[in-house]
Amino acid sequence: MFVMTPMGRNNQKKMTLGDKLLGLNWSLVLLVSIVASIGFAMLYSAAHGHVDPWMSAQVKRFVLALVGMFVLAMIDLRVYMRFAYAFYLMAFVLLVYVEFFGEIGMGAQRWINLGFMQLQPSEMMKIALVLALARFFHGLDWETIGKPWVLIPPLALVLAPAGLVMKQPDLGTAGTLIICGGAMFFATGVRWWKFAIVLALGIVGAYYAWNSGLLHDYQKARVLTFLNPESDVRGAGYHIIQSKIALGSGGVWGKGFLQGTQSHLDFLPERQTDFIFTMFAEEWGLVGGVLLLSLYSLLVLYGIAIALRCRSQFGKLMVYGLSFNLFTYFFINTAMVMGLIPVVGVPLPLISYGGTAMMTVMAGFGLMMSAYLHRDTKISRHGQEET
Amino acid sequence: MAGSKQQLQNQTKVFSRRVAILGGLQTVLVGALVSRLYYLQVVEADKYRLLAEENRINLRLLPPSRGLILDRFGVPLAANFPNYRAILVAEQTKDLEQTLGDFARLVPLSERERTKVMRELKRNRAFTPIPVKEDLTWEQMSQVELNLPELPGISIEEDQKRYYPFGGLTAHILGYVQVASEKEVAEDPDPLLTLPSFRVGRNGLEKAFDKTLRGSAGRSEIEVNSVGRVIRELARVEGTPGADLVTTIDIGLQEFAQQRVSAEQSCAAVVMDIFTGELLTMASTPTFDPAVFYRGVTAAEWQALNADIYRPLTNKTIADGYAPGSTFKMMTALAALEAGINPNFSVFCPGHYIFGPMRLHCWKKEGHGHVGMLDSLKHSCDVYYYDIARRVGVDAIAAMARKFGLGQLTGIDLPGERPGVIPDQAWKLGTLGEKWYPGETLVAGIGQGFILTSPLQLCVMTARIANGGYAVTPHIFKRFGASAPPSTDPVAAAAQAGRSDVLGYPAIDVNPEHLAIIRRGMDLVSNDPRGTAYRRRIDIPGMEMAGKTGTSQVRRISMAERSTGVRKNEDKPWQHRDHALFVAYAPVHQPRYAIAVVVEHGGGGSTYAAPIARDILIECQRRDPSRRNPNAEGGRREMP
Repeated sequence: MFVMTPMGRNNQKKMTLGDKLLGLNWSLVLLVSIVASIGFAMLYSAAHGHVDPWMSAQVKRFVLALVGMFVLAMIDLRVYMRFAYAFYLMAFVLLVYVEFFGEIGMGAQRWINLGFMQLQPSEMMKIALVLALARFFHGLDWETIGKPWVLIPPLALVLAPAGLVMKQPDLGTAGTLIICGGAMFFATGVRWWKFAIVLALGIVGAYYAWNSGLLHDYQKARVLTFLNPESDVRGAGYHIIQSKIALGSGGVWGKGFLQGTQSHLDFLPERQTDFIFTMFAEEWGLVGGVLLLSLYSLLVLYGIAIALRCRSQFGKLMVYGLSFNLFTYFFINTAMVMGLIPVVGVPLPLISYGGTAMMTVMAGFGLMMSAYLHRDTKISRHGQEET
Repeated sequence: MAGSKQQLQNQTKVFSRRVAILGGLQTVLVGALVSRLYYLQVVEADKYRLLAEENRINLRLLPPSRGLILDRFGVPLAANFPNYRAILVAEQTKDLEQTLGDFARLVPLSERERTKVMRELKRNRAFTPIPVKEDLTWEQMSQVELNLPELPGISIEEDQKRYYPFGGLTAHILGYVQVASEKEVAEDPDPLLTLPSFRVGRNGLEKAFDKTLRGSAGRSEIEVNSVGRVIRELARVEGTPGADLVTTIDIGLQEFAQQRVSAEQSCAAVVMDIFTGELLTMASTPTFDPAVFYRGVTAAEWQALNADIYRPLTNKTIADGYAPGSTFKMMTALAALEAGINPNFSVFCPGHYIFGPMRLHCWKKEGHGHVGMLDSLKHSCDVYYYDIARRVGVDAIAAMARKFGLGQLTGIDLPGERPGVIPDQAWKLGTLGEKWYPGETLVAGIGQGFILTSPLQLCVMTARIANGGYAVTPHIFKRFGASAPPSTDPVAAAAQAGRSDVLGYPAIDVNPEHLAIIRRGMDLVSNDPRGTAYRRRIDIPGMEMAGKTGTSQVRRISMAERSTGVRKNEDKPWQHRDHALFVAYAPVHQPRYAIAVVVEHGGGGSTYAAPIARDILIECQRRDPSRRNPNAEGGRREMP
């Protein structure tokens, strides 16, 4: 899977489009297609064995996204580095824009209606943040990173959009941004104790806020319901209880394709979007669930392998950030439907019905592939190719 | 730059190490997901499987059909009739207004029904069936069925409604069924009561045998989705229909008797087999229409029924008490005979009786002259009974009356029976807290004063006199199950043989010779030209009856009324007039049937009650069930 291409490590000659296509890691494309196909089957089942309304639309979207992925893969890695900040700025401006003019719907995410699609700046920001952070840390040496004030600009890069998204309020995406940012900070070599300090500060701050008079009782109640939705059987807890029932009743081997009673009788809410993993595990059981988790893990691992293989720090960090983003995505979604963490409204990438998550993830794969194609490209401190 | 190269390697090393650390963390997290899945889908799987089934499976009760009530020959008295109702499912209509409009063209809908449908439509989900019109006639139903293709969303549903072919003729015996009250639902664990249209027995046999008539509920397991829409039926267990109940009633006689008593404003008559205690008829007028209660009685109807002075809702044969008047004289006479008074003992009747300061009148102002026991019954001489009552005392009379079933519940298998009153010294002290006055004994001797008896009790008394002193008890329940009776029915055999003892009825502790004297006296009442009921006798050979008249005073004519010209009973307002009573058995020489008739505020017993008893007894003997073989008729007769 991770075989070296004929292009040697010092082969700096310009690659043609044909070279690039040949050099693509097709195994990744296959893996992505397999996961997406599982999604198609699930959407087919969610519609009680009908192609419409979800599966057909999802297939079209996937084909489109696949083309987009290839296009992104063809673009030179240095172009991404060059435009990283600009892209980040654009995403940020859009985030601010939707804060004031955006439309709210489904999971409290704000979006801009472009007519043919709904643009969620918070999703764009996931990629933009990874690019911007990779660009920032690219070329910073171990010593420089050790200096605390150096970390102030990237912290701002993470916290500013995270704060805006949190205000929407979309806790899932905000959390994803912070976690991915944190992972990139960590991977780039930020000292351990700094993470320890941030964590300690966070815990002390939360403890203080809880016990001082700063929070009203109703706010505390809201936080508690958020942390333990099952205390509210009819409201927020209904989803998670039904999800656990559907999951648990699936057993080891599942009820069989198209046979999931809880999902098909509408007891399971949002079965085509956020809770699609539940329906999958109800129909395919523990066996299917573990298989799907393995496929996702494999995709993440793929990203890590590409990151390690990349020669440039920018490529490494970008790919690693994107891979971690994928990990956060599927982990939050599956942990949520299993009742391990509160329901935050994060879709299952490639499988949940909807274009935004698919776009983000597929774009991420496109960038990873670009990095793979240009894994041996050395990039200078300022984005110029080194010779 | 060697330093930068060194740096780069260093940086790569840091990156790889950190990625490995995070990779470890990621592995742990994925491991947590897998263990959670294992926990939910393997460890807790059974619990969630059960919850999932509870989620999706709804139990629906299937109401069993209510048991029929049949007369002794198998004629249905209470039956189940198909009820057709039109149902509308909103989501199946193309245009709701148009569908309703088209439907209304076939079956007229009132404005009220229409608004009710619209209200229900708003309240319910679009897939919920909503009743549009209940109780369609056959013609309407077939019209709708025929036009179903043009009526999208409309369908016909069938269930059963209780139907009483004889209506008011059997209303007091059968009672009726009604939707259960909230209290009944709370007290009765039977899940059937929770069905909104389920009806329970109220009054009569419907109430007394409600549990058995009801049957038990069937169950249908249906799969529903989260909003309750029915997806499919998974399993179905049919319930047990209620058992059919065969009564002792002869509906032909019941019809005749009920129509006969309807000639009076308020009247009750009951006929009993003297050996078996089987009630052949139980008539009470006025009566009511049980169908009114089935569909739900309106407040105005309920008020009208309750305000009616003739009390149509009361079964007067069991739920009412009347002073028995002279029909009680058999008890006084028996008590005297048992106390050792010679049947030839005679009393001179000058038309009144002086007792201390009291002057008590005989009904015949001129008096009866010298009267013996047989004559006293024949003429119903009051003075004779004043005298012997004074001699034997009230306690002996009361004891005798109780032996013959008066003043206590007869144990009839119908709800709402009242015990009546047979007073004695202890009773008065206990109830009124007063001492018994000797003068009251004299009044009790002619069946007036505190005494209250129901027509059924009088009938039981007469039967016990006629059957030779066996304590038969009345009943209206014969058996469960509509099958023809076995040819060796012990009850039928006992009736034929004229023996109550084989049915387990104990003999009353009274000298049979004394009973024979009483029967002779009753014979004279009807069949001696000077008897009080001679003019109302049965003159068909072999069907003659022996009886006793009774006229019980409700209110004495006061001096004030006398001065305004009220002299006779007929002049008084209806509620103050005397009750007319008559008890009898027939045929006189081979008794088989006993009857009691009370015409409430009717007047003289011989004039008003005796003819009714005569007519019913003639009809009864004509129809004599013992001469008919129910098997020969193929068990069940066609419904009228």
